[in-house]
Amino acid sequence: MLSRDDDILKTAEAWRRAGHGVALATVMETWGSAPRPTGSHLVINDDGTFLGSVSGGCVEGAVVTEALDVIEAGKPRMLEFGVADETAWNVGLSCGGRIRVFVEKIA
Amino acid sequence: MKLELLAALNAERAARRPVVVVTDVDRGDQRLVKAAEFASDALHEELDRHLRMGKSGMIDVAGRQLFLTVHAPVARLVITGAVHISQALAPLATSLDYDVTVVDPRTAFASPERFEGIKVIAAWPDEALPPLGIDRYTAFVALTHDPKIDDPALLHALSRDCFYIGALGSRKTHAKRLDRLKGQGATDAQLGRIHAPIGLPIGAVSPAEIAVAIMAQITAELRLPRRAAVSENAA
Repeated sequence: MLSRDDDILKTAEAWRRAGHGVALATVMETWGSAPRPTGSHLVINDDGTFLGSVSGGCVEGAVVTEALDVIEAGKPRMLEFGVADETAWNVGLSCGGRIRVFVEKIA
Repeated sequence: MKLELLAALNAERAARRPVVVVTDVDRGDQRLVKAAEFASDALHEELDRHLRMGKSGMIDVAGRQLFLTVHAPVARLVITGAVHISQALAPLATSLDYDVTVVDPRTAFASPERFEGIKVIAAWPDEALPPLGIDRYTAFVALTHDPKIDDPALLHALSRDCFYIGALGSRKTHAKRLDRLKGQGATDAQLGRIHAPIGLPIGAVSPAEIAVAIMAQITAELRLPRRAAVSENAA
């Protein structure tokens, strides 16, 4: 798992050096049965290509969309997904947990 | 995150040095804390706790939310002796996410068939161990019962900053071993680092149970607060 995170961060650096806009998403808080531990990374480039995961695949689509905005705007943002949250319900964090995901641009 | 910070982070990780990224969640600013700076950092207690557990997490410092992204190297286990206990220990350690290497010059023991999916090196410790780069995220165990193999391996491990060293053998066997190692220049402080008889005392009988006792002791050394920071420095 750690070696995979290593690949993710190396990829983030390589994409940025190749001139891509790149965003890094990090799981910062979890409640209940969240699928990925805090510190898990997902890296996204301006093509919409991504590597890694912040959930078992439940919210990645939404995170990628937000990440593209962050690459554009440059300002980091905190996303929250959970069963109580309408967005998350739509996206479907089926485990019933809640997570907060920090999305930042690699500048 | 700035590209320079990311590059520095990747360099530390590639060198198997632990490193922490501290992010101010509200302001978005970040800094990297390298291993050499842990002790003198204002957050050193929090850093120590999170590093030992290998866990990232949010902390509250004077009303500010800081996120610690912890990058601890993957723990490794180096075993000398491709023996019966190792056959139980290697897969157990693998299941606990350790990167496992078994070293034994006896090719009949160190066969891939006996250690499916495990890295096995059929060579003498003098030759096999130095390239492995045993570091403070490595646990080392000597299990052959054969001084020809275990002694040089232990001397190598003692010269490195591994977080755990254990050796198989009764108290009597171990006392003899200490005499031999002393004769070869090991200091008392170094010898005090060896856990022997190996493993937590759980009344283990079978090789698999001994493997559990060893792995439990290794886990305690990895996760519990350092009891012997002083002796570590002395060594």
